Amino acid sequence: MSNALIETLLAAPYVARFGVRLEQKGDELTGILPYSEILVGNPLIPALHGGAIGAFLEIVASASLLAGQSLERLPRPIDVAIDYLRPGRAADVYARAIVNRSGRRVANVRAEAWQGRSGAPVATLHGHFLITPGRTDPAG
Amino acid sequence: MSDTDTPGDLQTLLDELAPLLVDGSPHAVALGLTLVSLKPGLAVMRAPYSADLVGDPESGILHGGVITALLDHVCGLAAFSGFGGQDTPATLDLRLDYMRPAKPGLDVTAEAVCLKSHGLVAFVRATAHDGDINDPVATAQAAFMVTGASKAAQERAVEALRSGQPL
Repeated sequence: MSNALIETLLAAPYVARFGVRLEQKGDELTGILPYSEILVGNPLIPALHGGAIGAFLEIVASASLLAGQSLERLPRPIDVAIDYLRPGRAADVYARAIVNRSGRRVANVRAEAWQGRSGAPVATLHGHFLITPGRTDPAG
Repeated sequence: MSDTDTPGDLQTLLDELAPLLVDGSPHAVALGLTLVSLKPGLAVMRAPYSADLVGDPESGILHGGVITALLDHVCGLAAFSGFGGQDTPATLDLRLDYMRPAKPGLDVTAEAVCLKSHGLVAFVRATAHDGDINDPVATAQAAFMVTGASKAAQERAVEALRSGQPL
């Protein structure tokens, strides 16, 4: 991954601690949150913590913004709405984001997290992020 | 709250379950979240500042994920107590407004109020701040629901606690 800010994002102590990885295939970016016990919110169900899934979706949304254009700083979330569709099982979580619109200051992004089947998402996110585009935006 | 419970009984139940509700959650423990207080429909939790939880090493600001988990958890506790402490609720949705970054070095406290709970659904609002609740770091609005899985988990929790068995 060539984008230095994506590396900064992944190297942040919080993100590194949970081992979030990104896989880029062409223009498609997939985030991977490897299962670990410290992600469990309720050990009795057992279910992953909603906060962990929400944070992961935010990280993948930020990474997608960074992958799609040249930004001077890490995107900052303004507001996000997370819908929890299924309990997160004790397994890896994947996520992809779609940038609905990216303007000069604000980007509108949605993201979806799944485990076994991408057609059965565990959670979705929709949010606005404050961005600082670089002066020379690469075409495409 | 069910008709058979008086608020006094509920407070006793909440006090009894309190050690389980945050310390029993591995993710909350990993983030160092602590329970400050839990009353019927009212929950307060804290995220102590830690360099391990920083999102941007340059600024030293806590990662938004810590605030997300803190607000999700504290809202869940307010919903739990709002439901009368009988069911572990599952989050339906969580809407977060990030008003400003938390100041590096300061703990973040979150206070949640269960605005309404009836039958299966509870509505909760929460505020996170780093010292002054009138200058919030973030606010949250969430809806919770009692599900089959959460009901079964709650029964196991109460049983485990009362029998003194580890979870």
